[in-house]
Amino acid sequence: MNLNNDKGSMSTASSSVTVSDQFPAGLRVLVVDDDPTCLRILEKMLGTCLYEVTKCNRAEIALDMLRTNKNGYDIVISDVHMPDMDGFKLLEQVGLEMDLPVIMMSADDSKQVVMKGVTHGACDYLIKPVRIEALKNIWQHVVRKRKNEWKDLEQSGSVEEGDRQPKPSEEADYSSSANEGNWRTSKRRKDEEEEMEERDDTSTLKKPRVVWSVELHQQFVSAVNQLGIDKAVPKKILELMNVPGLTRENVASHLQKYRLYLRRLSGVSPHQGNSFISSHSQEPPYGSLSSLSGLDFQTLAATGQIPAQSLATLQAAGLARSAAKPGLPMPLVDQRNIFSFDNQKLRFGEGQPQHMSSGKQMNLLHGIPTTMDSKQLVNLHHSAQSLGSLNMQASAHGNPSGQSSPLLMQMAQPQSRGQILTETSGGQVPRLPTSVGHPILSNGAAGAMLARNGIGENSRGTGYNSVSQTSSVLNFPLNHSAELPGNSFPLGSTPGISAGMSTLTTKGGFQEEINSDIKGSGGFMPSYDIFNDLQQHKPHNWELQNVGFAFDASQHSNSLQASVDVTPSVLVNQGYSSSPRNVQNSSVSAMGKPIFSVGEGSEHGNALNVGQHLNSLLVDNSTRVKSERVTDTSCQPTLLPQHFGQEDLMSAILKQQQDGLGPAENDFEFDGYSLDNIPV
Amino acid sequence: MNSNQLQHQVLYMRRSLFDQGYLDSEQLIQLEDLQDDANPNFVEEVVSLFYSDSARLIQNIEQTLSNRPVDFSRLDDILHQFKGSCSSIGAKKVKDACSQFREYCNAGNAEGCSRSFQLIKQEYETLRRRLESYFQMVKQAKAA
Repeated sequence: MNLNNDKGSMSTASSSVTVSDQFPAGLRVLVVDDDPTCLRILEKMLGTCLYEVTKCNRAEIALDMLRTNKNGYDIVISDVHMPDMDGFKLLEQVGLEMDLPVIMMSADDSKQVVMKGVTHGACDYLIKPVRIEALKNIWQHVVRKRKNEWKDLEQSGSVEEGDRQPKPSEEADYSSSANEGNWRTSKRRKDEEEEMEERDDTSTLKKPRVVWSVELHQQFVSAVNQLGIDKAVPKKILELMNVPGLTRENVASHLQKYRLYLRRLSGVSPHQGNSFISSHSQEPPYGSLSSLSGLDFQTLAATGQIPAQSLATLQAAGLARSAAKPGLPMPLVDQRNIFSFDNQKLRFGEGQPQHMSSGKQMNLLHGIPTTMDSKQLVNLHHSAQSLGSLNMQASAHGNPSGQSSPLLMQMAQPQSRGQILTETSGGQVPRLPTSVGHPILSNGAAGAMLARNGIGENSRGTGYNSVSQTSSVLNFPLNHSAELPGNSFPLGSTPGISAGMSTLTTKGGFQEEINSDIKGSGGFMPSYDIFNDLQQHKPHNWELQNVGFAFDASQHSNSLQASVDVTPSVLVNQGYSSSPRNVQNSSVSAMGKPIFSVGEGSEHGNALNVGQHLNSLLVDNSTRVKSERVTDTSCQPTLLPQHFGQEDLMSAILKQQQDGLGPAENDFEFDGYSLDNIPV
Repeated sequence: MNSNQLQHQVLYMRRSLFDQGYLDSEQLIQLEDLQDDANPNFVEEVVSLFYSDSARLIQNIEQTLSNRPVDFSRLDDILHQFKGSCSSIGAKKVKDACSQFREYCNAGNAEGCSRSFQLIKQEYETLRRRLESYFQMVKQAKAA
């Protein structure tokens, strides 16, 4: 699916709500009814409501029309009784294939029939004769659906990367078909529920969320390891961790997610696993990753920003990956490595900017929950590389934000940035075959992949694209959530990379902020790719804006500089690692705008959804460990991601974030960067 | 008749249609509201559409009723469609006759169905005549 899909129908100009000012005018309605009288009347009524109406008197024809023009309609109104196909069947089909809201109508108002409509998923049921008043408000169903999809994305984003879209959405426009299904249908969000709630901008609640920073997660993991994964119970983990303010509940939910993550790693779904493997076989995704990492690390190391330890960790991660390679789904062990961060050697430090040995590359990815397909990894990797190169280049400008911006921008750009990236990087980063443009991005999974791959994964140009694609990005968050626990195990969410980054930041002197940011890492990773793309492409204005915005938020003078220069990958991938949180955020936000919106700004990391995380990163200056407030609202607008075109949404989201960022406090010491300087 | 008289005539005819239960006032008004410069005769257009399409339905009912054994479920289907159409233009009496038919149909009463069907046809034709006169009067009043 094309992320960009049509932005045409609705402009998403408005800042918070992604609907055009004229909305609901122009809403594209497909009305299906075998009764010509009724059809004519509806057509006229809908026209009076300023909707764009398409009539159809046969269900089969309607389905064809919907299929050939996937993004051509916003809502379907269908009669229940039709000679060629039962209206409920059409309802189901549309829901499955296009995930558009469907309104049923009938002269029959008996309870059973209405109930049938409800159970089959109709978003409304109108009794004939239909009054124009009833039609005036049908746009609410479109908005609601998008909103829900968005939320879903966000939630699942962090955990899993499945790509979806689209989603919905649709809907799924934003997610590639593969992902779409994943995040959309994935209900594993259960554990994300809390996150969801928090993210929900409409809900007022927000109980304080614990931000699972890298360190915190590390502590958690080591506690778990100490106890043994089987025996690890929240209470004991809590005791071992000995973190004031942390409740058993926090640990319990984090543990749940962690378990899921582990399960995923060890039993990578065939789809993912295969892709992962295949990507490996094609060429070491890690390789690219490592190159990126190498780049990043080098730079980082050079600047002294990144502590050797961090690099080492990353390296180790990467290495571990390579070891695990081919055909190996990220083993738990590796995973642990990443999580533990501590036993890795720093290898990246010396890696050539371009390429790290493939072994190294693997590291980064290693340990990252491989929720993403190999392709995704590749993409991430690729992205990472690109980012890295870009960052490097950008660093020249000395404007971290600048780098971020491009990255962000890239993210915004839909697709195929990959190629550009390659070019941009000046060939520094070898073009890694991008496994998949789309899949990766698609929700969560993509996110995860991206994150991981960002570093060195061989991401083909397309990879970037995927990333850049809004949908991808968006999806990412969603998928991530699914995969990775909402808390965004720092590591978990961004496989390897995050971990690495976390380490880096922690050790390096990246302030905690970074770590915190990393938390959201899941978000970063994808953003990483996005950045690459951004860098490559001329950032859109809004993107720039956003980027700047994000950057500003995180001002992190030193780190930024370093990070920025250092490794785009680092920055990007990890999103947080090098750059100040803001930067990361930027990327994050850039990435999945829609996603971001969810988590906008405020909260850091936890967002299960990467997107969310991203948001928080961007906006969030708050610390990680403290409870974060996830502002769903900020991003919420995602209303009609699909139809409104990614860019619109992104802009909207970014814009929101921007607004939100302003006041964001910076826990980190970074000085504000202004994105203005970012060379685009 | 002068313009004024024509106008009165129109109003009178309209009132009768409502009072005598031939037409549902609300629905007619809804349809009239949809008339605009682009579609000045929208109501008439829709009514024509109704009659041409429902002719097909009437034929189907006729045929199904004459088959032995009587396929009541198919009859119910057709009637459902017909009923929906009627409600679109607010053809009250015809619609009520359809409801009656459906009851017999559900009871499996072919005889009752036949009788009801006669009533449907009767109301259907009566309404057609009344509406034709009405629209004609409307046009005359407009022209005047």
